[in-house]
Amino acid sequence: MINQLSWKVGGQQGEGIESTGEIFAIALNRLGYYLYGYRHFSSRIKGGHTNNKIRVSTTQVRSISDDLDILVAFDQETIDLNYKELHSNGVILADAKFKPKKPEDTDASLYAVPFTEIATELGTSLMKNMVAIGATSAVLDLDIHVFEEVVREIFGKKGDQVVAKNMEAIKAGYNYTQEKMDGDLPTMQLEKADGKHRMFMIGNDAIAMGALAGGCRFMAAYPITPASDIMEYLIKKLPALGGAVIQTEDEIAACTMAIGASYGGVRALTASSGPGLSLKTESIGLAGITEVPLVIVDTQRGGPSTGLPTKQEHSDLMAMIYGTHGEIPKIVIAPSTVEEAFYDTAEAFNLAEEYQCPVIVLSDLQLSLGKQTVEPLDFSKVEIRRGKLVTEELPELPNKEYFKRYEVTEDGISPRTIPGMKNGIHHVTGVEHAETGKPSESPVNRVQQMDKRFRKIEHIHFNTPVYKNAPHEEADLLIVGFNSTRGVIEEAMGRLEKDGLKVNHAHVRLVHPFPADELRPLVQSAKKVIVIENNATGQLADLIKMNVGYPEKITKYVKYDGNPFLPHEVHSKCKELF
Amino acid sequence: MATFKDFRNDVKPNWCPGCGDFSVQAAIQRAAANVGLDPENLAVVSGIGCSGRISGYINSYGFHGIHGRSLPIAQGVKMANRDLTVIASGGDGDGYAIGMSHTIHAIRRNIDITYIVMDNQIYGLTKGQTSPRSAVGFKTKSTPMGSIEQAISPMEMALTAGATFVAQSFSTDLKDLVALIEAGINHKGFSLINVFSPCVTYNKINTYDWFKENLTKLSDVEGYDSTNRKMAMQTLMKYNGLVTGLIYENNEHPSYQELVHGYDEKPLTKSDLTLNQEHFDKLVAEFM
Repeated sequence: MINQLSWKVGGQQGEGIESTGEIFAIALNRLGYYLYGYRHFSSRIKGGHTNNKIRVSTTQVRSISDDLDILVAFDQETIDLNYKELHSNGVILADAKFKPKKPEDTDASLYAVPFTEIATELGTSLMKNMVAIGATSAVLDLDIHVFEEVVREIFGKKGDQVVAKNMEAIKAGYNYTQEKMDGDLPTMQLEKADGKHRMFMIGNDAIAMGALAGGCRFMAAYPITPASDIMEYLIKKLPALGGAVIQTEDEIAACTMAIGASYGGVRALTASSGPGLSLKTESIGLAGITEVPLVIVDTQRGGPSTGLPTKQEHSDLMAMIYGTHGEIPKIVIAPSTVEEAFYDTAEAFNLAEEYQCPVIVLSDLQLSLGKQTVEPLDFSKVEIRRGKLVTEELPELPNKEYFKRYEVTEDGISPRTIPGMKNGIHHVTGVEHAETGKPSESPVNRVQQMDKRFRKIEHIHFNTPVYKNAPHEEADLLIVGFNSTRGVIEEAMGRLEKDGLKVNHAHVRLVHPFPADELRPLVQSAKKVIVIENNATGQLADLIKMNVGYPEKITKYVKYDGNPFLPHEVHSKCKELF
Repeated sequence: MATFKDFRNDVKPNWCPGCGDFSVQAAIQRAAANVGLDPENLAVVSGIGCSGRISGYINSYGFHGIHGRSLPIAQGVKMANRDLTVIASGGDGDGYAIGMSHTIHAIRRNIDITYIVMDNQIYGLTKGQTSPRSAVGFKTKSTPMGSIEQAISPMEMALTAGATFVAQSFSTDLKDLVALIEAGINHKGFSLINVFSPCVTYNKINTYDWFKENLTKLSDVEGYDSTNRKMAMQTLMKYNGLVTGLIYENNEHPSYQELVHGYDEKPLTKSDLTLNQEHFDKLVAEFM
């Protein structure tokens, strides 16, 4: 019996690789297993190698695994590119059609199963994916009936016969594999899961759902990998709430339209990835100086320019904090789990209205696209707080004076009226302005308004600025990360503890304003600090050095080849320090 | 009821004496009063440039944004609150150079706002460079040997992009301009009004006198039918775009707001921001 398993299916893009993974994963998720998926894909629709790696476990997992137990291959390329991940007891289940060859330097076993042939005999070669699921079930000694419900949901619309045929294909794959490989087959039986029903979703879905729960009723966006799912989800869901999504002509229009809508008084969102964020930066500056609440999602991918559009990277960090000309108050939050992606996005709308500034929700490709099992979301935790939005009737202003929308206040936050409010008329401009919004170049006013704007974010209240798992008062090592490296660090930490090291883990959740006071005690009390991030220059490490200090203690471990970290990589890099 | 005086504020425009934009400002104020608006229900969104300052000179909600982006901001405002009257405005550089793509797509989208372009064929605030509306041969600081690029024809461009309301005016024809802005506001969909608004400082070619000599009123063109798109296009070509009046109006095509699936009939600003638990549970169930 094993308590976790790593399974990968690979082939050419457009061959149904994704749906094979999907059916397998959903069925196991419903049995109560925890899943964590990783999709390897390219910026093309048909052709090119693609694979879907799924980790199955009886306990929560938030990282891809070091190795692989089962590789399902629809072509030789899949074997050649992925066999090195297989451990010595691993199994390759390959379609007999392409006459699979096992590379010499592996102890894993290869079984050729006629996926295509069996499927064709049953009616259509399209069902080869189902045969492969059947073959997998044989190796796992899994009752194939667990797939019935999912198959019915997916193919039900096409009629009972199609459902029956697909189930037959799964059964045929199961039977063939069991009979032919009898005795010879290393079965991997998974321990029984707890049977609890949990959500299985990608971070982008959680972000979009968080936006809905957080009161977002308008979105303007332009399609981009890996952020488009957010727009697509809201296009499906906003009509039921009376809201709307506009797919704009470009990223600049998306951002400025969201600004217009937010100024107009609705909670508005825009979402993109690096190239889109580059285009939005001037507008973000506008939202900063005009104090318009704005929520922007940046799902990071490999940069610069088009870079690695379908790969993991963390290289937008500094750009999101500093990226606009001039200086503005801004909040940047970085969820590290799918659950946090939900809560943080909902909360971003509160922060934007309370502090009247742009709030960037920073995600990364692996968090946004890695499909995983999610603990139940507690809807009662979501609040709607609108800050100093004026709700009561206002007194008449003498002599047609303007409302003091930019009134200099102690906390820097001014009362906010929206168009349509009587006696709330004021001017809004990206030009430096006085309290009523009228342009002013007076040096005294400039300093007053700049100070006022920055005062707003001096005392940001954010629930968990730093996630801490710090069992040691004095640690040998503090590991720091942000976004989706949470799981990989947790695993490496467990192994390091077994090695006898005292390890603390901090995950930065509020990236800006930087929670230096929260992080400092952990840095101070650790002998060494290592910062794990998917970029070349160590941007988070630099931020910590800038804001917390102790540069002599801080080592960075960077990876910028497009792939997420593996637990063994982080483990061995940390060990090297001792 | 509000009068045009209610749309005045105490800000003194920083335009040059004699600038065409003064009349456009006055025309918007009069038109707003004539259609029965209260100042708080009007939002004027403008771009960057001399004319972009206009949103600060009208007593209404005003948003002076960034260069070329008045249209997406204005569309966002309208989507947030469909009860507001939204006017976007700016110069020819704003609308036909840096913001051209937004102009075309706002026309296609047909959200119910009015876009007024103050067209002076020059970049004024940056002190005299060529604009996409400058004629071939036009000498400026950036084209000392004369412009070698073709000028954009915004009215023809609007017709080909699927505009449902296209008009052109001249800033001295205050009465006509007011009537066109009123018609634009009342039009259910996107209305584009290009206004020849002379720059007295940097454009010594396209002057008030030049326009008086070269413009033809469509009301003087015999048999002109502003519901006939083909006639509109042919007339624009015949007069090299130098016509004033209502060029084209199509009232058959529904506005964007009428077509958006599920879009609330009351302003989104009045939406309930909370979901109920039942609705949330349904969303969750889709991922189980």
